[in-house]
Amino acid sequence: MTSINTTAAGVEIEDLDVSFGDTHVLKGANLSIEPGEFFAFLGPSGSGKSTLLRAIAGFGPTPSGRILIGGEEVAHLPPWKRNVGMVFQSYALWPHMTVRRNVAFGLEERKLPSREIATRVDAVLEMVGLLDLAERRPAQLSGGQQQRIALARTLVVEPRVLLLDEPLSNLDANLRIQMRRELRELQQKLRLTTIFVTHDQEEANTTSDRMAVLNDGVIQQVGAPMELYDNPANLFVATFLGTANVLKGLVEDTDDGAQFNSVDGVPIPLHTKERGPRSLVFRPQNVAIAPANAPVDSDRVRIAGTVCHMEFLGSIIRYGVSVGADTALVDDQHRRGAPVFAIGDEVNLFLQKDQVTTLKN
Amino acid sequence: MFLLLFLLVPMAQVVVVAFQDPNTGAPTLINFVDFFKTSLFQESFINSFYVAAMSVVLSSLFALPLAYFTTRFNFGGALLIQTLGIIPLIMPPFVGAVAMALLFGANGSVNLLLDEWFGFTIPFMEGLNGVIFVESIHYFPFILINLSAALNNIDRAMEESAQNLGASGTRLFRRIVFPLAMPGYVAGAALVFIKVFDDLGTPLLLNINNMLAPQAYLRITSIGISDPMGYVISVILVAFSLLSLWVSLLALRGKDYATLQKGGGGLMRRDLRNWEKIGCYAVVILILLLVLSPHLGLLLLSFGTIWSFSVLPDAYTIDHYVTVFSEASGYITNTLLYAGLAALFDVIIGTGIAYIVWRTGLPGRKWLDYGATAALAVPGVVIGIGYLRTYHGINVPIADQPLASWWVIIVVALTIRRLPYALRACVAALQQVSVMLEEAAENLGATKGRTVWRIVVPLMSGGILAGFVTSFATASVELSATLMLVAVDSDAPLAYGIYEFMQSAAGRGPGAALGVIGVVFVGLGTYISHRIIERGRVTLESTAIVAEGAAA
Repeated sequence: MTSINTTAAGVEIEDLDVSFGDTHVLKGANLSIEPGEFFAFLGPSGSGKSTLLRAIAGFGPTPSGRILIGGEEVAHLPPWKRNVGMVFQSYALWPHMTVRRNVAFGLEERKLPSREIATRVDAVLEMVGLLDLAERRPAQLSGGQQQRIALARTLVVEPRVLLLDEPLSNLDANLRIQMRRELRELQQKLRLTTIFVTHDQEEANTTSDRMAVLNDGVIQQVGAPMELYDNPANLFVATFLGTANVLKGLVEDTDDGAQFNSVDGVPIPLHTKERGPRSLVFRPQNVAIAPANAPVDSDRVRIAGTVCHMEFLGSIIRYGVSVGADTALVDDQHRRGAPVFAIGDEVNLFLQKDQVTTLKN
Repeated sequence: MFLLLFLLVPMAQVVVVAFQDPNTGAPTLINFVDFFKTSLFQESFINSFYVAAMSVVLSSLFALPLAYFTTRFNFGGALLIQTLGIIPLIMPPFVGAVAMALLFGANGSVNLLLDEWFGFTIPFMEGLNGVIFVESIHYFPFILINLSAALNNIDRAMEESAQNLGASGTRLFRRIVFPLAMPGYVAGAALVFIKVFDDLGTPLLLNINNMLAPQAYLRITSIGISDPMGYVISVILVAFSLLSLWVSLLALRGKDYATLQKGGGGLMRRDLRNWEKIGCYAVVILILLLVLSPHLGLLLLSFGTIWSFSVLPDAYTIDHYVTVFSEASGYITNTLLYAGLAALFDVIIGTGIAYIVWRTGLPGRKWLDYGATAALAVPGVVIGIGYLRTYHGINVPIADQPLASWWVIIVVALTIRRLPYALRACVAALQQVSVMLEEAAENLGATKGRTVWRIVVPLMSGGILAGFVTSFATASVELSATLMLVAVDSDAPLAYGIYEFMQSAAGRGPGAALGVIGVVFVGLGTYISHRIIERGRVTLESTAIVAEGAAA
């Protein structure tokens, strides 16, 4: 049984714009986050993901548009009246207070009776497993412990929504994996609406129910992690989520149906109804590589090329294959004794038709 | 060696004499017992303590709003306010004291106006109030500078997380902002306390003699250098200086919150609503008017003919400046000579100490740093007394007079007094020079000495120059040590001249003119050193990149 009783609230973002002076950092964001959902904002630095998170908490320049939490309009409220919990990237534990005072702060601000404050602080410290460190100062804690205290400090006030701003970025690699599991478990236990900002797609994939990919102040696509990986809506999402090969060109009509011609004239027959300038997108692990003289399978898309570099990574061999002026990456499972292509070998690349996506340029 | 001769030995001498029986020379506490039995000294002690403490309080009242408004709100003219707020420091407090008496005294401009319009007066300058008032106005920038720096260094997330948890307004300030800025505040407050406690010129000029520093001066000058009371007071002054430094260190221990962390954003500045803005500006303007009043008063005084029992001078003239340049130009040339030499020695010694402390493994090098910095805790009066006692018997061969009354001793005193400033500037400059740049020179065949000369010193030049200017500017208006050491009028520097002039009513005009010249000196010096540091920053950024690239 947990000590935190939260009521999950949904978050609606409507036409949200944020500018720092002349710089327009968030452009017309629209989002709907379900109550109890674990939602990630994923994007490179400067994409506006932190700005969006901070706008929900009430920090930064006054935005235009609407922010609704649990159906209540909050855009005009100051941060201290919103009851959304935020865990900062630097944790922002106050160095002049003990762990206990840090955690009690929010409850004291809410003018709770001191007996209740003590019980709830103990309970939440127990929950994050750091009750015995209650009298320490933040500077005496390790990074992982500081992170848990920051989380406890936020959760103890039972916020409607939990906001996490790159919470794992200050931890080392092993701890990061452990903490992201713990975060997910905690969130599942509390069923608390949680928004997680990260630039690390693995973090977003492993923790979130759904995510929004942001770039250049614009939400590019929203959906479950696997859905976005498999069906990217545009070139940015395709290349930002994992490695993707992109061949630019034109889809044109021929006698046998559609044919993709890359910019430097490599013809690739396709089965698609789309026509016009397109990019052909496929992932390295979905490509099969075969010698040029191997039998051609007409059910698959075939791309001819020449091996131009080769890296042995252990479980796979990553080939670079020149296709016209482009280079396509191919990941080939490595098994002991399997034949290896050398640089300069003529090869055919085969792709299942459903593994190829055409996207607008 | 220099430190030993001119800082430690005189200080030891002072301490020894304080604990010596004046008749037998046996070690004793009798002098201290006498001191605390004498009601005048008891009163002086309490007065000094009271004045220093109240000055801290009043300075805080001036500094707090200025620091908070300019660092936390989007505030037009924040930079101007910060700059104006520092200006009081560039005038020796005793110079402002006379102008303040004319503006705020019982028959000063403000009280005349108050009396005329509202029928009451405020005793700003009455007795100790006057000292507190003048000292607070002069020294509050120490708190302003330190507090502003501390407020600027607080990670935005520290405040945002408190807001996120429901805190706002004054509660946010009281529970989070102020505690985090505490180290800066305490550092500034301790400095104010020490400076006020030790100050000699201001109480003397305001004719308040029942405080410790004036008593020490009067005992030595009127009764003679064998009177033990002067030494007892000196020891007490030093002890209190050290005590308040120690208390501030204690308060700061383990609290040096470097809260600007990785991923931490810059400052959070809030927009003000209109009525808030008007309120803030009103407070800021009132404070600035108050703290700049000594300068305005001094300027009026230097150009005014007769200024007495009236709001403003009766008429204006440049006669005082003519008088100063025709009669008192000796003061100015002396000052240029003394302060220039002192500043030169300071940066040479400062660079040497900085290099020894930060780049060599000499045993006891830390003590060198402490020793030089300790000069900060030794009041000018005490330095003066120590020199008189130690060196009055030593004859300088060529000049054929006691070392203690030779003009060079003034230079030495100034050098010691300003060494801490120069040292800090040199250390800061040296720390920005990557060790790798030196190693590269040595790797290419330069000896240690050649490396220092060709690589380190040129790279430090900005900092060294800034140190020189700071030392020069502040040395040129130093009064307390020189007051003790000036033997003949022709050897006297500017500050002494102002003091002499200000003693008589007729001399106030020329005194003020001399004061304005002093302010211009220091003001120019401060401006130049700022410019040098700014320019240095640009060139140093490229070195920093080199250093970082090498580190990566």
